[in-house]
Amino acid sequence: MNIVVLVKQVPDTATERKLTSDDKTLDRAASDGVINELDEYAIEEGLLLKEKHGGEVTILTMGPEQATDSIRKALSMGADKAVHVSDEALHGSDALQSAYALSRALGRIEFDLVVLGSESTDARTGVMGAALAEYLGVPQLTLADKVDVDGQAIKVQRLTDYGYDVVEAELPAVVSVVEKINEPRYPSFKLIMQAKKKPVEKLTIADAEIDAARVGLANATTETVDVAPAPPRAAGTIVKDEGEGGVKIAEFLAEKKFV
Amino acid sequence: MQHGLSAEHEELRRTVAEFARDHVAPVIGDYYEREAFPYDLVARMGRMGLFGLPFPEEHGGMGGDYFALCLALEELARVDSSVAITLEAGVSLGAMPIHRFGSDEQRETWLPRLCSGEALGAFGLTEPGGGSDASATRTTARLEGDQWVINGTKSFITNSGTDITALVTVAAVTGKRDDGAPEISMILVPTGTPGFSLGQRYSKVGWNASDTSELVFDDCRVPRTNLVGRQGRGYAQFLRVLDEGRIAIAALAVGLAQGCVDESLRYAAEREAFGARIGSHQAIQFKIADMETRAHTARLAYYDAASRMLAGEPFKRQAAIAKLVASNAAMDNARDATQVFGGYGFTNEYPVGRFYRDAKILEIGEGTSEVQRMLIARDLGMPA
Ligand SMILES: Cc1cc2nc3c(=O)[nH]c(=O)nc-3n(C[C@H](O)[C@H](O)[C@H](O)COP(=O)(O)OP(=O)(O)OC[C@H]3O[C@@H](n4cnc5c(N)ncnc54)[C@H](O)[C@@H]3O)c2cc1C
Ligand SMILES: Cc1cc2nc3c(=O)[nH]c(=O)nc-3n(C[C@H](O)[C@H](O)[C@H](O)COP(=O)(O)OP(=O)(O)OC[C@H]3O[C@@H](n4cnc5c(N)ncnc54)[C@H](O)[C@@H]3O)c2cc1C
Repeated sequence: MNIVVLVKQVPDTATERKLTSDDKTLDRAASDGVINELDEYAIEEGLLLKEKHGGEVTILTMGPEQATDSIRKALSMGADKAVHVSDEALHGSDALQSAYALSRALGRIEFDLVVLGSESTDARTGVMGAALAEYLGVPQLTLADKVDVDGQAIKVQRLTDYGYDVVEAELPAVVSVVEKINEPRYPSFKLIMQAKKKPVEKLTIADAEIDAARVGLANATTETVDVAPAPPRAAGTIVKDEGEGGVKIAEFLAEKKFV
Repeated sequence: MQHGLSAEHEELRRTVAEFARDHVAPVIGDYYEREAFPYDLVARMGRMGLFGLPFPEEHGGMGGDYFALCLALEELARVDSSVAITLEAGVSLGAMPIHRFGSDEQRETWLPRLCSGEALGAFGLTEPGGGSDASATRTTARLEGDQWVINGTKSFITNSGTDITALVTVAAVTGKRDDGAPEISMILVPTGTPGFSLGQRYSKVGWNASDTSELVFDDCRVPRTNLVGRQGRGYAQFLRVLDEGRIAIAALAVGLAQGCVDESLRYAAEREAFGARIGSHQAIQFKIADMETRAHTARLAYYDAASRMLAGEPFKRQAAIAKLVASNAAMDNARDATQVFGGYGFTNEYPVGRFYRDAKILEIGEGTSEVQRMLIARDLGMPA
């Protein structure tokens, strides 16, 4: 089974993030790049499926040159190869445009399954799985916390507010995963050393046959009208338990209309 | 001059740092207080391949080098020394003698399990009557037919009493040399061999989430083929193991010293006294600057010893220097970090309390600081 895992490099949530003042995008040079957390779960799921069903795991990333750090880490976890779409023209692409561009790159890879995180920690639109499936014309199975593949059939447990749905489809398909699905492995040193020998294919938009008129800030389907840094968190309220702590907390919750 | 780590070493360092932060830091204080062995963490470290770092892939290792092990030890010890010493003793004392001196059969039998972290090995040299003077070994092993019969006691043996301990390599007197001195050999004793039992459990000042046990051998019989390396070469063999081990202990000590800097920087930026952050006082800044200086210079010392060792050059003196300065740095930094934390530094609530308790053993284990000075002086040509 050929599995493609989408990996997005995002600014480390542990460090301070800044916006560039000129074009209202994130200043990616200002913070360390790491693999989007949910994508580590996507990689793990890809590797588990490969261990069970054989085949190959290919990492697909769209992002600037620094994203090679994240690609290397994904390969160190055990993925077989990677495709890196990198082009100045992609700067400022919004979610729909990113989905279009990634679908073009996927058109060059033979795949049975695309696995991705259900949302990123930076843009957080959570639409990539759906948009990509639409562009590719394949079924989407989102918010999976369990994936089973049997021949050409795929069945996932889809996390919902009330429990979970069981959803089935035929391969090829797109699956987005949630954190509960597994526990990502750490790269071992053997794989870290092997990673440098694994093939990473670099694609420009021309290589991937991405239409330059459909990507980039100038052609974005959405416009960021204004951006502002999040206000600092206000100090919380501390309830000291002097015998009636429980009552005070209940009153507090009632006052805020939580109960 | 080369500067900085290779991309692979750097990625390993980062991976272990992440593991220590995400998995060790949140739980280790509890293990420490209960004096419990962290089986779950050891299993995770095993799955990451840490126990196989310097061993070849054919025996289940990672195909890395000794420096990779040192980097892993440093990053673990930056958060906690108990898990770091469990790894250090498992690899450099438990598995290394088998890798370096064992027969093909011994390697094939033991290394895959030791490399995976599913089993731990231990190294029994120290005895109740003395650790610094290895020639004072009293434990004996005499040949009876095809078996070694071992009698004696070993003290303070790391990793020897866990549920997953598979073997201990013991130093024993196996005869007399021509000059009348005792002939020492290394013999591998699997856990569970009749006549091999655990003695007292120590109540330790530090390293409380690591295992240290006393071993008792009472007519313990193992096959003749359990000799590790050559008969009568035991002394030279364990000196080699200890020389390397000093670089690993130095790395561990640097980790502790750096962990003190990490914690102090964080606390000095938060804690207020007399209306100002304590980190704004020069007295605190200088303390932290001195701590960073010690950690940095000690790191350079162990990097140098490791690079000589990997290049196949003599490294005995540099390894002793690295262990000496790094254990000093760990002690000094633990004392200063505790001071930066004030009263909280003396509680078990913050890691610096643990660092303080864990630092002292670094001046004792795998050769005391006096022994390191003896080695350095001898290597400079001074009389024994
Ligand atoms: C106006 C605007 C400007 C932007 N400008 C920039 C910019 O200059 N530079 C920039 O890097 N981003 C920029 N972004 C964000 C970028 O377009 C996002 O990658 C895209 O919006 C995907 O949305 P998401 O991350 O919210 O996807 P989500 O749906 O939240 O992510 C789900 C999953 O999709 C996958 N995925 C998402 N993006 C990628 C990717 N690029 N490569 C591989 N897998 C991926 C991951 O597996 C992820 O877990 C901009 C967004 C907007 C709206
Ligand atoms: C937690 C822990 C784990 C350990 N793990 C292991 C292990 O896995 N395997 C193992 O074999 N051992 C282990 N040890 C033992 C350790 O290596 C010894 O304690 C150490 O080598 C010192 O030996 P000793 O305790 O017998 O001290 P001694 O040798 O009795 O020394 C006492 C003091 O005298 C000093 N001294 C001795 N000779 C001289 C001299 N000629 N000149 C100047 N000063 C001298 C020493 O430096 C020391 O200060 C461990 C110890 C501890 C506490």
